[in-house]
Amino acid sequence: MISHLAVLPVLLPLVGAPACVVLRRPGAAWAFACGVAFLAFVAASHLLVQTRELGVISYALGGWAAPWGIEYRIDLLNALVLVLVSAMGMTVLLASRASVRGEVDPSRHSLFYVAYLLCLAGLLGIVATGDAFNLFVFLEISSLATYALVACGRDRRALIAAFNYLIMGTIGATFILIGIGFLYMTTGTLNMLDLAVRLPQLGESQTVFAAYAFIVVGVCLKLALFPLHLWLPGTYTQAPSIVTAFLAATATKVALYVLVRFSFSVFHLETSRLALSLEAIFITLGVVAAFAGSLVAIYATDLKRGLAWSSIAQVGYMAISVGIGTAAGLQAGLIHLFNHALMKGALFLAVAAYVLRVGGTTFRELRGIGQRMPLTTAAFVVGGLSLIGIPGTAGFISKWYLVMAAMESERWLLAFLVVASSLLTAVYIWRFIEVAYLEKPESGKASPQKPAGMLLTCTLLLALANLYFGFDTRLPVSTSAGAAANLLGARTP
Amino acid sequence: MELAVNIVLLSLLVTTAAALVLVRGLLASIMLTSIYGLLSASFFVIMDAVDVAFTEAAVGAGVSPLLLLLSVAVIGRHEARNAGARPLFAVLLVGITGALLIVGTLDMPAFGRADAPAHLHVAPRYLLLSGEETGIPNVVTSVLASYRAYDTLGEVIVIFTAGVAVILILASGTHRGSARPHSAPVDTKDPHTILQVVSKTMIPFMLLFAFYVQFHGDYGPGGGFQAGVIFASGIILYGLLYGLPAICRVIRPPVVELCSALGVLVYGVTGILSMLQGRPFLDYSVLADDPIRAQQIGIMVIELGVGITVASVLIVIYYAFANQFETNGN
Repeated sequence: MISHLAVLPVLLPLVGAPACVVLRRPGAAWAFACGVAFLAFVAASHLLVQTRELGVISYALGGWAAPWGIEYRIDLLNALVLVLVSAMGMTVLLASRASVRGEVDPSRHSLFYVAYLLCLAGLLGIVATGDAFNLFVFLEISSLATYALVACGRDRRALIAAFNYLIMGTIGATFILIGIGFLYMTTGTLNMLDLAVRLPQLGESQTVFAAYAFIVVGVCLKLALFPLHLWLPGTYTQAPSIVTAFLAATATKVALYVLVRFSFSVFHLETSRLALSLEAIFITLGVVAAFAGSLVAIYATDLKRGLAWSSIAQVGYMAISVGIGTAAGLQAGLIHLFNHALMKGALFLAVAAYVLRVGGTTFRELRGIGQRMPLTTAAFVVGGLSLIGIPGTAGFISKWYLVMAAMESERWLLAFLVVASSLLTAVYIWRFIEVAYLEKPESGKASPQKPAGMLLTCTLLLALANLYFGFDTRLPVSTSAGAAANLLGARTP
Repeated sequence: MELAVNIVLLSLLVTTAAALVLVRGLLASIMLTSIYGLLSASFFVIMDAVDVAFTEAAVGAGVSPLLLLLSVAVIGRHEARNAGARPLFAVLLVGITGALLIVGTLDMPAFGRADAPAHLHVAPRYLLLSGEETGIPNVVTSVLASYRAYDTLGEVIVIFTAGVAVILILASGTHRGSARPHSAPVDTKDPHTILQVVSKTMIPFMLLFAFYVQFHGDYGPGGGFQAGVIFASGIILYGLLYGLPAICRVIRPPVVELCSALGVLVYGVTGILSMLQGRPFLDYSVLADDPIRAQQIGIMVIELGVGITVASVLIVIYYAFANQFETNGN
């Protein structure tokens, strides 16, 4: 089975999902899904170890060599994102049982886990593949499953949110498909490596330009980069808390991966004539997103909505790092991709616990929650500190590398803006801390404690991960350094 | 001649699209959608993409308008007039997108040119060698089901996901699944006798044709996707004329739901069999000693999986929609 390692992280949930339909009891479906997600995580971790030792692993699906067949091509970048997505998928799934029971209609429970596995398989498939059209197919799987998961939210507003996301997501996917179609038309191939070889031979081509433009806009819709972020706040707010935690920790990360993969591995953005204008666009949009997202988050009256806007701000930082476009910049983006998944995972799982306990996420309902749920709130605060970028947390590492990358390329104003926008993050996190610890709880509204041991354990685990990766930064830093070097060095080895 | 046909078809397509945007009644929109599907299918035939045309005719012109009709039966046939909405910004964005698409055409190789890159790189091997390598005369099938079989597995899972999504969203209070046939009263006041008698004679032929398309896909246009849609159309036609309870007695909802997963599993397990013998996922060569025979067996099995899933998912979706209609309609 070792030789099949490249395909296992995707295949397990992909085949596990239809197998899960047979299980009609929600508990059994959940346990099965957890098992599958765990095995996928184990396979992804092994894969990362192997790519670190052996370099790129190629796997010819169906036994047909690329470019005639479909190839899985795993390098450090895929492997890192695969480990991240499968780990977050597994952790959130482990935590999900109590929260799903509390928020989702009972008749939907067992299929909920099927859709979850499908979504996970889709996201992992996007990351693992080395074929542009195969990427689109898995994007469709993950998108469809996501719409269904979002629609499972507590009230009918979730349906509207899912519908909005469906429309925006479909536009994004269509744009990506148009781009891929143009690429096939001009090169005759769908394999990414083959595309990277054949595209430069075409020279200046308007069709290739249009292809890249469509792909970038499509992916940025999925990424929720300002101003294409409009679907995100509603989706994150109305979806079941578990789905929000899962999406926040994985989906936007995968979209960033696709952006980086297409920009640097396929199109060689760094050497093309587009580089300068795109650099300016990504950095400008990123800075605007970081400020606008944080400002809206400060004025939000609902914790979940506030965190959703904070995600838009955080996506901004990742866009900035892509815009900087140097090895250090890309490395910073990948580190932030990794760390932000840990932060938002911890924060949204804590939110799931709050919903279970007090039935909502408005600041009114959360007054004095710190005394009633000390451990969960402690985990939230750790995640929040990490989000701000306090030294000792994973978030500090992200910000440090981002500021360093900005200064290294002599963008002093950008470095200053990144630090300044972090202060805004501090404002909205402080606002929650004030509500949670300094205000008195509304009396007589405490609902009975529901058993949610796994939820608490997973939340604490992610909070600890935020602290751990603040000290021991070897995994994300060294892997992302290698991945960034690969991305930029592919052309001139 | 072909140019004239192209011009007529494309101008009809544009007209239909424009009418779709302008028309207010939902029933008219659905009919226009169906016409649009049929026109696209004809256009695909002109472009020699017969397999795609087949699917588009069945899905775009047939099944999806039907599902839309069922929705309209529940929500009413009039669009709420959005007074004062000025979609100027949207029109601007659409204009920019259109301009970009036109920019994209500037350096495009001319349509049908033999020396276009798309015909020079991977395509020659498919065209020249696929017969020898897979033993299948229909190149579309051999690319779909062997060279890029993994994409096709992905597409089948997309369809399966759609089924799961519909059941998840339309699941009713206490009941899991796509239909509750027992709760719906039998409709006796409007028996459609003529339609029932005429269609009843057609349904066996539709199902038989589905099997022909399923197993003849290796040689001509067709395969699991088209066969599944045709098979499901036969079942849905019966359901339309005799009501949901009657069709649910013939084909029970939990069974179809399981079948939708079964088809995917047939496909997936075929791939895993190769892995167990040390070959890559979906490498059919382990299925028989003779490599060409192995390819043919593999392609037949996975096409069967595709057919099962596509048919079941369409029936599941129909059940879920019709269930909404029968519960809300009364």
